Amino acid sequence: MHGDYFNDYTAVLIASVAGVVLVLTAFVGSLLLSPRARSALKDIPYECGIEPVGDQWSQMHFRYYPFAILFLIFDVEAVFLFPWAVVFLSPFLTSAIFYEMLIFIGILGFGLLYSWKKGVLDWR
Amino acid sequence: MIELEYVLFLSAVLFSLGLFGVLARRNAVMILLAIELMLNAVNINLVAFTVYLSPDLLVGIIFAIFIITVAAAELALALAIVLRLYRTRSSVNVDEVNLMRW
Amino acid sequence: MHVGTGASIAFWIMAVVAVVSASGVILLKDIFRAALLLVVSFLSIAGIFVTLNADFIAAVQVLIYAGAISILLIFAILLTRDVQEGNPSNRLKIPGMFMGAVLLTALIVVFVNTEWRLSTEAPLDSTTAALADLLFSNKFVLAFEIASVLLLAAMIGAVVLARGEDE
Repeated sequence: MHGDYFNDYTAVLIASVAGVVLVLTAFVGSLLLSPRARSALKDIPYECGIEPVGDQWSQMHFRYYPFAILFLIFDVEAVFLFPWAVVFLSPFLTSAIFYEMLIFIGILGFGLLYSWKKGVLDWR
Repeated sequence: MIELEYVLFLSAVLFSLGLFGVLARRNAVMILLAIELMLNAVNINLVAFTVYLSPDLLVGIIFAIFIITVAAAELALALAIVLRLYRTRSSVNVDEVNLMRW
Repeated sequence: MHVGTGASIAFWIMAVVAVVSASGVILLKDIFRAALLLVVSFLSIAGIFVTLNADFIAAVQVLIYAGAISILLIFAILLTRDVQEGNPSNRLKIPGMFMGAVLLTALIVVFVNTEWRLSTEAPLDSTTAALADLLFSNKFVLAFEIASVLLLAAMIGAVVLARGEDE
């Protein structure tokens, strides 16, 4: 059984190698096949249209940051949900495990309620 | 064959790199990146100790999960503070934030 | 703990990738590239967890660090980036290098000279169910519930800080 452990990860290895090879093929292929004529005019975002003004690095708006925070916090919640789901029907644990997770989600849900009430979730 | 010492060596190298980053950088976001690196090194250590010294107890892995939880909470708050700093000072250079320096 | 040569080779490859990308994070001038290299470092550390037979923590590493934390960091870089300023190091560069070297030497001396009482037991094939049994048992359930309070405090604090007084 123990020897089989790493065989489970052969699929992961194959997928990562395939991913790297795919991207490399695309890059090298376009490098080899495409004709190249570089000029400053070609590097601007739109080859025809209005001349771009200012810096190309546009500032993202501050208001989107709370969404990233909420995503991170509920991602961490998911980390605790997965092992909980695995042992949910385990004979070693009592039904208290259900209420433990209910309290956990309830406390985090209060934070979501707070953000909602404060209008963080409104997309304007 | 992976010896315990090899894993500890890897984690020590990552932790020292993180320490250097924290000390030598001026950009607050870069300091946070280096802190994440240090926390990862600590997690490697805890997991390695669990696997090599007491694989039946698993307590080190539980600790690593809680460290990741605390790291997530810490990062959310720290980045909010950095962004607020950027809005008021238009800079994230920690050397310029000297209002409370004694 | 006994592992095969395949796992050993995988460990060394991922250790080298982790150290090289971590040095890139620390040394690169471009902050955005440093953050992308940090993701590479996180992923190779997840691979190291796999070679150590800790499958659940490897999944957590990919989910939280490579998934969420790196997104938050890149978000912050996009919001605060000073194009002209780049990523200067301060006057503590030399002392910082010295401190890092001293710490590394001290750690190596300590772990080489320690008598590790290695366990002869084989590690578990799958840690998820065993971890959950421990996490939701009497031993850690309080810590688990307190973690939710910590996350709640972080969420509310970050939302308050991010919104500010302007709305």
